[in-house]
Amino acid sequence: MIVETGHFALALALAISLVQTVMPVWAARSGDPALRQTASQAALGAFACVLFAFAALTYAHVTSDFSVQNVVENSHTQKPLIYKISGVWGNHEGSMLLWVLILTLFGACVAVARNSVPPRLRANTLGVQGLITAVFVLFIITTSNPFSRVIPAPLEGNDLNPLLQDPGLAIHPPLLYIGYVGFSISFAFAVAALIDGRIDAVWARAVRPWTLTAWCFLTLGIAMGSYWAYYELGWGGWWFWDPVENASLMPWIAGTALLHSTVVMEKRDALKVWTVLLAILTFSLSLIGTFLVRSGVITSVHSFATDPTRGVFILAILILFIGGSLTLFAWRAPLLRQGGLFAPISREGSLVLNNLFLVAGCATVLVGTLYPLLLEMLTGEKITVGPPFFNATFVPLAIPLLLIVPFGQALAWKRGDVLAAAQRLFAALAVALAIGFAVLALTWGGPVMAPVGIGLGAYLLIGSALEIVSRALGYGASRARSLGQIGRRAAGLPRSAWGTALAHAGVGVVVIGIAAQGWATEGLATLKPGQTLVSGPYVATLDRVGPRQGPNYEEAAATLTIRTRAGDEVGQVETGKRFYPSRKMAVTESGLLTIGVSQVYASLGEMGQDGGVGLRLYYKPLVLLIWLGAVVMALGGGLSLTDRRMRVGVPAKAKARPLPAAVPAE
Amino acid sequence: MTRKSRRLILIAACGSVLALAVGLILFAMSGSIVFFRSPSDIALQGIAPGTRLRLGGLVKDGSLKRGPDQTVDFSVTDTNATVEVQYKGLLPDLFREGQGVVAEGMLEPGGRFRADTVLAKHDESYMPREVADALKAQGRWQEGGSNGSPKAVTASTEKTLGPRSER
Repeated sequence: MIVETGHFALALALAISLVQTVMPVWAARSGDPALRQTASQAALGAFACVLFAFAALTYAHVTSDFSVQNVVENSHTQKPLIYKISGVWGNHEGSMLLWVLILTLFGACVAVARNSVPPRLRANTLGVQGLITAVFVLFIITTSNPFSRVIPAPLEGNDLNPLLQDPGLAIHPPLLYIGYVGFSISFAFAVAALIDGRIDAVWARAVRPWTLTAWCFLTLGIAMGSYWAYYELGWGGWWFWDPVENASLMPWIAGTALLHSTVVMEKRDALKVWTVLLAILTFSLSLIGTFLVRSGVITSVHSFATDPTRGVFILAILILFIGGSLTLFAWRAPLLRQGGLFAPISREGSLVLNNLFLVAGCATVLVGTLYPLLLEMLTGEKITVGPPFFNATFVPLAIPLLLIVPFGQALAWKRGDVLAAAQRLFAALAVALAIGFAVLALTWGGPVMAPVGIGLGAYLLIGSALEIVSRALGYGASRARSLGQIGRRAAGLPRSAWGTALAHAGVGVVVIGIAAQGWATEGLATLKPGQTLVSGPYVATLDRVGPRQGPNYEEAAATLTIRTRAGDEVGQVETGKRFYPSRKMAVTESGLLTIGVSQVYASLGEMGQDGGVGLRLYYKPLVLLIWLGAVVMALGGGLSLTDRRMRVGVPAKAKARPLPAAVPAE
Repeated sequence: MTRKSRRLILIAACGSVLALAVGLILFAMSGSIVFFRSPSDIALQGIAPGTRLRLGGLVKDGSLKRGPDQTVDFSVTDTNATVEVQYKGLLPDLFREGQGVVAEGMLEPGGRFRADTVLAKHDESYMPREVADALKAQGRWQEGGSNGSPKAVTASTEKTLGPRSER
């Protein structure tokens, strides 16, 4: 009964979101502000309905109701409770329901956030958001109904794909979806602005918190997915330029560009049309990502089931939203009052350069991801565009981008001074170069790119720290006299300044982590108990191998003791090969030993007849920095979100607010 | 600085970054793309040794030989032609004789294929798509047919680059 009610709630959500779409348009026609208010109420109603539907599906999964098709296919009575819950979104239907849940959650947040959005803009935004919700709910109801029943109900389910039975994967989809779907708000704001034909700094200020929220979650979601692939797939890599990964990276890059261009728009009233276009493109890339991942065009751990009607439906959604919004853009964008141009050497000039490099990088990823698909469709020729392509295209574009990060921060708004900025950054450059050369000398004969990357990361870290220090220090006559004064001034800096510095420092940390992988080592051998395997500075001794029984799997587990080359024991790792009988599937469980921020990674291979086992041992120096850096970036974004300016109400007239152009923030 | 020169600088910056991106893409496209070939393609087309490619087909029954030091030899077949493969490393969890596999590497002058990456399916009911298509082209595969297991009924799962053993 609960399941049917859930299904009904979903249908009700469709109706309500249609009301949410139509009302603002009607309100604009009739000029009745009370009608406008209904959009907010409808957004809340749609959220309540989808929440109920989601809860109903969760209930079916938790109680192992095998009369529901979705539960039969993805659950098992023996499965631990956490995976019964995460199994709700560990399949196509449920994950689409989660997608819509987050979509309506954002809609409800916009409806509730009273102060920050002008009413007319809010109503139009909610209207666009309602249309997105309606289309996706329609998609779920017609092609991917999670509530369909099976008669007669089987006694046992098929179990969730063992690869997905992992705590990391339990939280990866919600994080990623909040990111993906969060950009729908920026998109809705952009379309609302186009419908209205007016856009100003108030718009930029209203849209920024949403973009920033989405960006933070997407950052965390991508990092989580990357860490999962690293430890769960058992071959020790952290990024594969796999189409599915690219699908999440593209909206992230475009979203990063959007964040920065919104700052320019808020501060300088420029880049309006470009910002609107970026907001449209960012969500379009999220939709393309959904299409790539969900349609079965790419076979991956994410393409749960391939059903051509779904692919066609998502393609139609793509055409509707991307085509529709771009058409609207072409038609209405000329109406938007253009902001002034500005000096090339200035904070905004450097942010334009940032946008250029980000968009170019995003375009190379898009080409590399779509080209094989298009080529196969057109000629039937099958090719693989792998890491060498992306390393040769994306990396050369990323390096100049990273170089200008601290530089742009050191430039003033309006009219910057290159020499002054270079002077301020001189210390950062000198120290970074010294670090780079020192590392190069210490690791002479190793990969050259690694010290370069370490130097670049150090430059970003020191540059971010210098930004805070030099602002606390002040200039000229107002130069701080004592350490206490510097401390007070640093504490008094707006949180967005700290947030920016933290996020940029996070980028530096990621770069260091990535660069250090140049020194990663790998050892491979067939071992019998007592034998050893060397990788980098560590030696692993195989202690024992034996069978073990898990809740819904059988496991062959190996225990290894890790010692340094000098013979000091560091710790033990356990790696195993699990066999899930319900899916007849084997999964390698890698063993990780964390030493500081470096890791020793063991992965079990085949059992030989003679009692030996294949073992792979990686040494991954500083590898955790890759994900910790991403967390720091998200924290920086979060800190920025708590800035006072993000919370205070928007003044009724944007022009009444003097633009503090001399205060460099963000 | 005049409005016109500012605009010119902006356009020049856009143009140069765009040109850089296009140049990089074209350069990378010419060097780092890997084609997919079936054993029949290799037999018919006479591919030059040293070209990097992806070889896909079924692991021939009875061809798997484990050498010392984690070296494995096996043959990949699409039933019309067969290519011998040598690989050093751990094989993926679901590497079996008689089942689909994709190997990435290059041909040696003797006609043997030296793989540095081996991808296998990651689910009992899943066959790498390239392999399924190649076998279909040979008329050796029907959906749900006798030559292997049917395509995913419930869930087909694999990380695109597969559960693989690398290098």
